[in-house]
Amino acid sequence: MINDGFSNRRRQLLRLKVLREGRQPQDPARPKAEGVFAPCPDCGRAVSRRTWAERQNVCPHCGFHRPMSAYQRMEQILDPGSFKELDAGLCGGDPLQFDGYPEKLRRLRQITGLQEAVVCAKGRIGGAAVVIGVMDSRFLMGSMGVAVGEKIARAADTARREKLPLILFCASGGARMQEGILSLMQMAKTAEAVSRFQDAGGLYIACLTHPTTGGVTASFASLADVTLAEPGALIGFAGPRVIEQTIGQTLPQGFQRSEYLLEHGFLDAVVPRAELRGVLIRLLQLHGKGGRRRGTAQRV
Amino acid sequence: MAQRSAFERVTLARHPDRPGVEDYIRALFTDFFEQRGDRLFGDDAAILGGIALFHGRPVTVIGQRKGHTRQENLRCNFGMPGPEGYRKAQRLMRQAEKFGRPVLTFVDTPGAYPGLEAEARGQGEAIAQSLALMSRLRVPIITLVTGEGGSGGALALAMGNTVLMLENAVYSVLSPEGFASILWKDPARAREASEAMRLTAADLLELGVADRVLPEPEAGAQADPQAVYRTVNAALVQALRAADRIASPAEHRRRRYLAMGRSLVRQKKEQTAWD
Repeated sequence: MINDGFSNRRRQLLRLKVLREGRQPQDPARPKAEGVFAPCPDCGRAVSRRTWAERQNVCPHCGFHRPMSAYQRMEQILDPGSFKELDAGLCGGDPLQFDGYPEKLRRLRQITGLQEAVVCAKGRIGGAAVVIGVMDSRFLMGSMGVAVGEKIARAADTARREKLPLILFCASGGARMQEGILSLMQMAKTAEAVSRFQDAGGLYIACLTHPTTGGVTASFASLADVTLAEPGALIGFAGPRVIEQTIGQTLPQGFQRSEYLLEHGFLDAVVPRAELRGVLIRLLQLHGKGGRRRGTAQRV
Repeated sequence: MAQRSAFERVTLARHPDRPGVEDYIRALFTDFFEQRGDRLFGDDAAILGGIALFHGRPVTVIGQRKGHTRQENLRCNFGMPGPEGYRKAQRLMRQAEKFGRPVLTFVDTPGAYPGLEAEARGQGEAIAQSLALMSRLRVPIITLVTGEGGSGGALALAMGNTVLMLENAVYSVLSPEGFASILWKDPARAREASEAMRLTAADLLELGVADRVLPEPEAGAQADPQAVYRTVNAALVQALRAADRIASPAEHRRRRYLAMGRSLVRQKKEQTAWD
């Protein structure tokens, strides 16, 4: 019990330190005894952990984009020292009194150091102040329950009141089953919140990462002014397994991947992870945010 | 109201003879003019919509259609709309707004169609746009869940200012089969899932998702459709009268949907204020 308290505190301090100093975060849940190499989940070739960290979890051999944790992403995208978390302690409940759900949440909070499946913050990107939300697929597949819906809606509302751009990194398996119909209602809530923000003139940029499916695709993830995606991300409404069962045949190679969506007109651009921050800076500047060119903004 | 298990209600909600949107239109409306097509790609028979008179007043009616015979089922894809269906509904809702007509929606679908073509043409985007549109529509929306309210495919027609449910209708985040398959890796445990999911009309009333439950005949809606039409007619008249008194239907909906689940939200420590 006491030990738990200490390790929680240690994790929190570590997280803050990482964000303040812009250091590579260490995953506190990582088991101690592990090899120097971790194979790429896609091509299977050996990649050293150091390389994974240096290359922002992108495989140097095949370019596979491994999922990133929410805090890693914040660190990658935001100007160092600008991170200020919003609604850090917000959490939902257990409306179905579903067997084992509270325990599952507790355990995930311990393992991931996250309170919920999305982290929202105010910060700066290339000097421009923004409201940013990042979903984390390690937390129940980034599924959207009451807390996630509420945090996204609040982030959109903060952006509207403070006239800041809204940037959301999506990664989600969809609505959270364990919270039943109230999870479905979060689709209505988030769609409503981002629409209201946009009606007020706000700029909303979504970046879809692996995987973005179900109720998140069918709500705020598909409503942005500018929609970006990381290469190779699975993006869709129904999952590939469900579709295969429905139509009784195997799906074509590359189906529901970023490049497929780009081709079918549902994305503005597929952006490799290493270029994401630069592209965001450019987009913000094109909307008159962030003043003079800095950072990695490219000339067109 | 009849005592039944949740799974019995799921079964009744799926009964092939249960009245659907086309039956309600025939029974309760006059001068129905069907509007077809999304003006982008095609027409989806799984969503039926158009203009009609309700007690002499022009309204826009939209609903998912399953059909009653095998042939109709196939034509309507068992009530599972694709993106064309949702985009048709959007077109009709925009028109309703333009001409100041209230929108009445009848919800009955196992869910949006999970198919290759539907995905290629942006099923998720279509549903998202429907939600965004309904959140800002300036005319009242009244929703009646008549049978199965399955997932996002149902919600895309169900963001009403008022949401009514028939006694044996169900409304859930996913079908009980899908729920059991995801959480227990066993679709055969659908019966158990039905009980755990809180998907009956009474549950949804308690959770604040539905505003009112309309009683059905003892054996279910299919046993005496005329009685159901009378109940639904009275409830719609009442709901429309109430909706007419709302100064801003869009603002009313905004408050309704922002409140969903809010009573469960807790803050671990003091955080920024929220209006």
